[in-house]
Amino acid sequence: MTGLHALALEPFHAEQGAKFAPFAGYKMPIQYPLGVKGEHAHTREAVGLFDVSHMGQISIEGPGSTEALEKLVPAALQEMVPGQIRYSQLTLENGGILDDLMVTRWDNDSWGLVVNGACKHADMAHLKGNLPDSIQLTYFSAHALVAVQGPEARAALARLMPEAAELTFMRAVQTNWNSHPVTLACCGYTGEDGYEISIANDCARDLAEALTELGESTWVGLGARNSLRLETGLCLYGNDLTKETSPIEADLLWSIQKRRRADGDFLGADIILKQINEGAPRKRVGVAPFDGRTPLRDHTILKNSAGDLIGEITSGGFGPTHNGPVAMGYVPQNMSMLGTELIAEVRGKALPCSVCDPIFVQQRYVRSL
Amino acid sequence: MTVKYTREHEWIRIEGDTATVGITFYAQEQLGDVVFVELPESDTSADLGAEVAVVESVKAASDIYAPVTGTITESNEELSERPELVNEDPENDGWFFKMRLADPAELDDLLDEAAYQAFIQEEL
Repeated sequence: MTGLHALALEPFHAEQGAKFAPFAGYKMPIQYPLGVKGEHAHTREAVGLFDVSHMGQISIEGPGSTEALEKLVPAALQEMVPGQIRYSQLTLENGGILDDLMVTRWDNDSWGLVVNGACKHADMAHLKGNLPDSIQLTYFSAHALVAVQGPEARAALARLMPEAAELTFMRAVQTNWNSHPVTLACCGYTGEDGYEISIANDCARDLAEALTELGESTWVGLGARNSLRLETGLCLYGNDLTKETSPIEADLLWSIQKRRRADGDFLGADIILKQINEGAPRKRVGVAPFDGRTPLRDHTILKNSAGDLIGEITSGGFGPTHNGPVAMGYVPQNMSMLGTELIAEVRGKALPCSVCDPIFVQQRYVRSL
Repeated sequence: MTVKYTREHEWIRIEGDTATVGITFYAQEQLGDVVFVELPESDTSADLGAEVAVVESVKAASDIYAPVTGTITESNEELSERPELVNEDPENDGWFFKMRLADPAELDDLLDEAAYQAFIQEEL
C-alpha cells in the first residue's frame, strides 16, 4: 500500500488491531478484530467509532457566499438557521452529481462542507471554478473526522461533550473539548443517532483514546460502515450516485426544498426540474431476491421477464441486522413500483427478485428531544 | 482415512472412493463471517478445478472449486440454514459437499497437512 495518504490516527488504529485497505487514496481501517458482522451489530446496539478523516472538510466564507453556493447545490440554503445541516449534492450541467455532501450554516455567509474523500479535490476545483473570487474557500487538510454512531452514542458522548445531549439530527455546534476546538455535528451515515466530530490532527489521538474509554464503544472499519449505510438505504457516491445520475433518478427529491423545485437556478436545474415535473427515465429502488438469502453484489445485471437488460445493482451485499440480502439499483421508471418482479443474473443463473423499499432497516435519527 | 488440502484452501477427507470437501480454518478466518453458501446439486459431475459452490461473507463472494474430478453425491443442506457453521466448525460440521472420485490418482497432486501448513506460512 504505497503512494497512499496516511490517516493521522493510523498508528492508533494499528494498535487496535485494524486491517487496512486502500480507499479514496488513503490507507483506511477496513475492519478490526471484532469483524465486520460484530462491528455492524455493535453499532446498531451500542456505539460504533469510525475514522472518516479521508473525507474533505471545507469552509466557504465571504459576502454573497450563500447565494453563490446555492447555484451549485439544489438545497435551499437561505432558509437555514446557524448550526443547521442539510444533505445535498454538487450538481452538474447535465443534471448529474459531482458529489454528495453535508452543508452546515455557521453564519449568514459562513458555510462548512463535508464531501467524499475520493471526490474532494475535484469538488474543490469545481467550487473554485464556479464561486466568485471574493469568496474564500479553505480546505482543512490537517483535521481528523471521527464518527460516533449508535443508540447509546448520545448518552456516552455527552459524558465528554455535554453539548451532544442538546443536539438533534442535522444540527451542529462549534465548541471545545479539553480546551481543543471541535465541531460537533449530529449526523452520520449509519442510519443511527450519532455524531461526527472534527478536530485538529494533533489532538485526534487524545479524542480517539477518550472515545475508546467510553466503554460502550468499539472501533468500526469501512466494511461495516458499508453494510450499515446500505441497510438503511443511504447512497454511496461512485456506486449509487455518479456524474450520470440525477438526484431525481436517485430518489433524492426530498433533499431539494420547495423554493428550489419551483425556481431552479442551480447547475443542471433545467434537467432536474423537468424530471421533477415529468418523471425521470429511471429510478433507484431496493431489490430483494424471492429466496430471501442470495446476496446481490455490486454490478449484478437486472432483466425483465422477457430477458431484456433493464438495469443493474449499484450496491449490494448482506445486511447483518436485516439478516438477509440488501441491495439497491436502478430500473426504468415503469418498473420501479414496489413488488415489480425482475430477474437478477447471479453467476449465470436467473434469480427471481422484486422491487422493494431500499430502506431495509429503519433509520433511527433523533429529530426532537 | 486421509485428509488432503488444496492451494485454494479446501480440505478433502477421503474414505474409500468418497471425498468430503470443505474449506480450511485459515480460509474461513480470511473470509470473515460467512452469510451464504451456494451448494452443488447431487448427481452432477464435476471436473477438477470446476466452480461448483460459492461461499459469501459479509465482505465478498468466493468460488469453491472441485478439488478432484468426480460426481457430486451429497451437499451439506444444513449450510443453507446455518452458513455460520463454516466459521464455527469449518473442518467438520461445516463441510460443503461429497464427491465420488473418478480418478484416485489425482489425490497424489494434493497437499498433505504439513505441506499445506507450510503453504499458508508462505502466504502470511
